[in-house]
Amino acid sequence: MNRILIVAEHADGKLNAAIAKCVSCAVSIPDSDVTVAVLAADGAAVADSAAALTGVARVVLVQNPANEPALAAVLAPQLAKLAAGYAFVLGPSTTFGKDLMPRVAALLGAPQLSDVMAVDSATRFRRPVYAGNAIATVEVAAGKQVVATVRVASFQAAPGGGSAPVEKQSVDVPLPTHTRFVSVSAARSDRPDLQTAARVISGGRALGSAENFKLIQGLADKLGAAIGASRAAVDAGYAPNELQVGQTGKIIAPELYVAIGISGAIQHLTGIKDARTIVAINKDAEAPIFEVADIGLVGDLFSLVPEIEKLL
Amino acid sequence: MRKILVGIKRVIDYNVRVRVRPDGSGVVTEGVKMSANPFDSIALEEALRLRERGEADEIVAVSVGPTESQQQLRDALAMGADRAILAKTDGPLEPPAIARALLKLVERESPRLVILGKQAIDDDCNQTGQMLAALWDRPQATFASKLQIEGETARVTREVDAGLETIEVDLPAVVTTDLRLNEPRYIKLPDIMKAKKKPLEVVEPASLGIEAAPQLKTLKFEAPPQRQKGIMVKDAAELVAALKQRGLA
Repeated sequence: MNRILIVAEHADGKLNAAIAKCVSCAVSIPDSDVTVAVLAADGAAVADSAAALTGVARVVLVQNPANEPALAAVLAPQLAKLAAGYAFVLGPSTTFGKDLMPRVAALLGAPQLSDVMAVDSATRFRRPVYAGNAIATVEVAAGKQVVATVRVASFQAAPGGGSAPVEKQSVDVPLPTHTRFVSVSAARSDRPDLQTAARVISGGRALGSAENFKLIQGLADKLGAAIGASRAAVDAGYAPNELQVGQTGKIIAPELYVAIGISGAIQHLTGIKDARTIVAINKDAEAPIFEVADIGLVGDLFSLVPEIEKLL
Repeated sequence: MRKILVGIKRVIDYNVRVRVRPDGSGVVTEGVKMSANPFDSIALEEALRLRERGEADEIVAVSVGPTESQQQLRDALAMGADRAILAKTDGPLEPPAIARALLKLVERESPRLVILGKQAIDDDCNQTGQMLAALWDRPQATFASKLQIEGETARVTREVDAGLETIEVDLPAVVTTDLRLNEPRYIKLPDIMKAKKKPLEVVEPASLGIEAAPQLKTLKFEAPPQRQKGIMVKDAAELVAALKQRGLA
């Protein structure tokens, strides 16, 4: 049996949607037995959400005020202790998981597979390298513990409806005080979460200013879409960093992706290539975004976007 | 002496369109331009700025990699690093082994701060900095977009999924860089000449206790599946019609 421990990411008492995708990855490993670990101050609601995911056999809840806000240096020693006896320790390939999992791996003396996009067998996995320009098939040694991050855009969310038991556990390990949370500035928004939204509208440098960037909001409202941005638009200050889509931003797989005024640098295309339908609007007919777009429209975005909004 | 250790990895230049070899054994490297990993150049730039602000006395650029990595270390010296160390290895190295080699160098140099790129643009692992911090039993501040030293602590703003997070870490610590931390300076020709006189030490991996045996085995590389080229529409009405046809509007 392959015992798998998934680290739950959560904030404000809610389980991150990426965890349902980690569960899908875990159950696709042959002969798996899946445990979700919730490390939180309270975490009861988060544990219940995790317990409801189909495929989860049990949830371990570790309550400690030091666990929130989450700091990798504080969580890692607890997870390393919890991980004893597990063949795989999985986390999401979000900034939370990318920060935390290598620290856990180093404490365990285990190798890490980053960004697992497919499971071929219990020892063979596929992951993107060179910004997605190549896919590597990697083999891990049988019987050796492995840490991995799961590329959430590559897996469907595990459905709810389950009812796994929740077990409270205390982890007796010294926690460091050398790392302290100060603050987080997050733009609160009523829009869907960019990482998991079914529809995303992104704007690029062609929008020209932070003021003009708001042009795409109306379209996003009409389509019930999350808003994203290209790296160029974020670098230029038109949009905040958390909206960046691409290799170094968020890698997403929505049903519909609309790229407005985005030329389509390879780093951006890496972030959207799993989208079901890509729509591109750009005044440059030669822009690389049209190479991957399912529906392309060449023209002036400043007149086209309001026009499309009216027609929807 | 307040030192900053900066990691430099030799990778295929970010402007090169990477191609998989037909036999799947790797990617084409013959005749391909090699450069320092862009995130590492950002790390070095940040170290230089800290030295210019009087927060550091010496910057040591270190690389774990093949002999040819001396070229990227020379570039780092030309950019402004004071000296460089290459831990020479032949085979491909995984992040755990690189982190162990860096730990040996950290123990030797006792830096106040280690700044590394958040990931290398070849294997895209995003692991080494966190692993070094764990093995060293020191704080990590990953994906930094702002770094301030305040006495014996550093205040670091991090690019996270929710937005910008600020944490405070006791020094020494490991910081990994994100894109918007700074824009690295260009190397000037006279500095390339001067860099030739700066010390570049080559150490054998055995002296650092690097275990070269990889724990993971890459069986093959493949080109990613290509998306089919789609349709072009001529105006907004056609676009909306196409969306409706697909049930997307």
